[in-house]
Amino acid sequence: MATAFSAAKFSTQPFHLNPTSTTSHDSPLVFANPTSQFLGSTRKLHLTSSSKFNLTRRSGTVVAVSDVVKQKKSKSAPTLLITKEEGLELYEDMILGRAFEDMCAQMYYRGKMFGFVHLYNGQEAVSTGFIKLLKQQDSVVSTYRDHVHALSKGVPARAVMSELFGKTTGCCRGQGGSMHMFSREHNVLGGFAFIGEGIPVATGAAFTSKYKREVLKEADCDHVTLAFFGDGTCNNGQFFECLNMAALWKLPIVFVVENNLWAIGMSHLRATSDPQIYKKGPAFGMPGIHVDGMDVLKVREVAKEAIGRARRGEGPTLVECETYRFRGHSLADPDELRDPAEKAHYAARDPITALKKYLIENSLASEAELKAIDKKIDEVVEDAVEFADESPVPARSQLLENVFADPKGFGIGPDGRYRCEDPKFTEGTAHV
Amino acid sequence: MLAIARQRILGQSFQNIRPAVSVLRSYSSAAKQITVREALNSALDEEMSADPKVFLMGEEVGEYQGAYKITKGLLEKYGPERVLDTPITEAGFTGIGVGAAYYGLKPVVEFMTFNFSMQAIDHIINSAAKSNYMSAGQISVPIVFRGPNGAAAGVGAQHSQCYAAWYASCPGLKVLSPYNSEDARGLLKAAIRDPDPVVFLENELLYGESFPVSDEVLDSSFCLPIGKAKIEREGKDVTITAFSKLVGYALKAAEILEKDGIYAEVINLRSIRPLDRSTINASVRKTNRLITVEEGFPQHGVGAEICASVVEESFAYLDAPVERIAGADVPMPYAANLERLAVPQIEDIVRAAKRACYRSVPLAATA
Repeated sequence: MATAFSAAKFSTQPFHLNPTSTTSHDSPLVFANPTSQFLGSTRKLHLTSSSKFNLTRRSGTVVAVSDVVKQKKSKSAPTLLITKEEGLELYEDMILGRAFEDMCAQMYYRGKMFGFVHLYNGQEAVSTGFIKLLKQQDSVVSTYRDHVHALSKGVPARAVMSELFGKTTGCCRGQGGSMHMFSREHNVLGGFAFIGEGIPVATGAAFTSKYKREVLKEADCDHVTLAFFGDGTCNNGQFFECLNMAALWKLPIVFVVENNLWAIGMSHLRATSDPQIYKKGPAFGMPGIHVDGMDVLKVREVAKEAIGRARRGEGPTLVECETYRFRGHSLADPDELRDPAEKAHYAARDPITALKKYLIENSLASEAELKAIDKKIDEVVEDAVEFADESPVPARSQLLENVFADPKGFGIGPDGRYRCEDPKFTEGTAHV
Repeated sequence: MLAIARQRILGQSFQNIRPAVSVLRSYSSAAKQITVREALNSALDEEMSADPKVFLMGEEVGEYQGAYKITKGLLEKYGPERVLDTPITEAGFTGIGVGAAYYGLKPVVEFMTFNFSMQAIDHIINSAAKSNYMSAGQISVPIVFRGPNGAAAGVGAQHSQCYAAWYASCPGLKVLSPYNSEDARGLLKAAIRDPDPVVFLENELLYGESFPVSDEVLDSSFCLPIGKAKIEREGKDVTITAFSKLVGYALKAAEILEKDGIYAEVINLRSIRPLDRSTINASVRKTNRLITVEEGFPQHGVGAEICASVVEESFAYLDAPVERIAGADVPMPYAANLERLAVPQIEDIVRAAKRACYRSVPLAATA
């Protein structure tokens, strides 16, 4: 079938980047070879740099990728990928994500935040690269590592911080928490704790977009949905079920895999028979792209294509972003299993530092301008913390609210009337 | 069943209602009989034509006309975009339905039997039931999950479980279980119009049964309230609560009991969550004795909840311990005679009623 073959082509080379990629995908066992490039960017590997970071602790090692600086130079030679405004916007968004998450860690250790908190440090390029290309009506579905997705989509930092503190001014009035960020206004559909749970929901949102266009005849409805999930999720049945249905019904969705190589303490290579996730796309009839997730400009280029495809009605795309989380799985994770050399390697490829370097070297922004943005974001985050601190905790009556959209779901009380009609219903302890 | 029709027409309550076909024929408004299958089909048809956001999704709902022919004719009428045949991926397509419902579409997801819903229960509970609460009211999920529930005939352990108790224990869900055609039509229409997730438990053995319906029921805006039980038969000696197929059994048991002078009040629960505790308690306060009947496993079942509710609210009114009739505490056996032993029968209800009325010696507790 034509689509399958053209999709197969995508798995070996990206649509518009350097066509001379020498990735070898024939035998999955080859990845143990230190010169294999499956986890690298789609550019040619520089053998000299890769040998420096030869991690051979386990079979099927994570191989270093090309040096970011070298790639930046060659990328900037032809034309600039972004304008100054775009560059500053991307920078600001990534700094917001980083500063916010760092503040979360601080607040957690001070006891203001509690429960499960999963931080996004290091992966900002994926969120910024994709979400900054969306319109307000497009939707984003995420996992429990969702603070930065919500922020990139436009949920105010104050609302997210209050939600994390469990205050009534949070985006979900304190009822959702760190793992369940919802925003109807910004079309953030959560926030799911179970891995793989968000993927079918995202597919459903994409289905709605198509349904609105074709059945309800809203001709200009071209809303796209992005589903973010991790490498561990790619072994889950729901992932495959949705790849199948999204390709079958040509839904406007982009499946974004944030492959940070670790699912809590389980290395992706130990858990997956074929670790090259992007190859699973063509198996279902959609393009599978692999991109360097530590480079926001590359992610943005790939995202533009994938989102464009979805908007034009050409169907879903699977994008695997190779990225890394600088902190542990959650703030309760001691993070002992990851090799410090691996962490150091990825820390050197910090997406924020890379973008900063790009902006300055291409004279898109000055140091002073970037520092001003840093300062502004610090203030935003501080203000968010202050706001959250001063906000009230939810009232007791809020316990029983919002279980149902139609509150008659609480049934009929002893007086024969619907319980929700009794003005005293939400007072006092829950007595239903 | 004939008794109900008569009550509806006359709008009065009768103590001793004798099922008499000849009496019924004189009331023309109750003459129409439709099967539960037709009732469900017509309800889906009307709701789909009234609101273009309603769509169906499930295995074999389209070209096969429905595994149990409930969705017959809907594919021809509404097209493949609104009647979707899905691959065999319960978790996937249920999640897709929930995602579509997040955006204001109104999916009706069919499970071929509710046993298969266990593969999708994460989405029913975690993405659908809890979302309105987790998002503080921003995201409501107007979805209906429907399909046959409980035991059919000889289908074995993995196709025979009753899920009423499981789903009814979860806040954020509404759980309905119709008995006759009127219930099926009214409750399904109410479920589709409801802005919250509804689990709609049908019964395969009832699909082919006909019940009389009045013109009011056949009207396209007919709807039954969610959370209200119906007193199918009034009585004064013992209250029998039941839902789905066992309402029929309870009514037949009531007729048998009447010959012995015990007048049973039969309550058709209709809504398992929210449970109509006020109707149940009012009835127990009148009769002072209660028997709960259900098909599912006894532990933590619907009967257990009703018993607890009655003990909490009407303890002083009880003259006898509450009797729970439920399926046997075993996975459903296959052999026909064993299956009959594993599911409540009319004789069990009659015996329990007599025990509750102290007309017979209580049985020793079995394993």
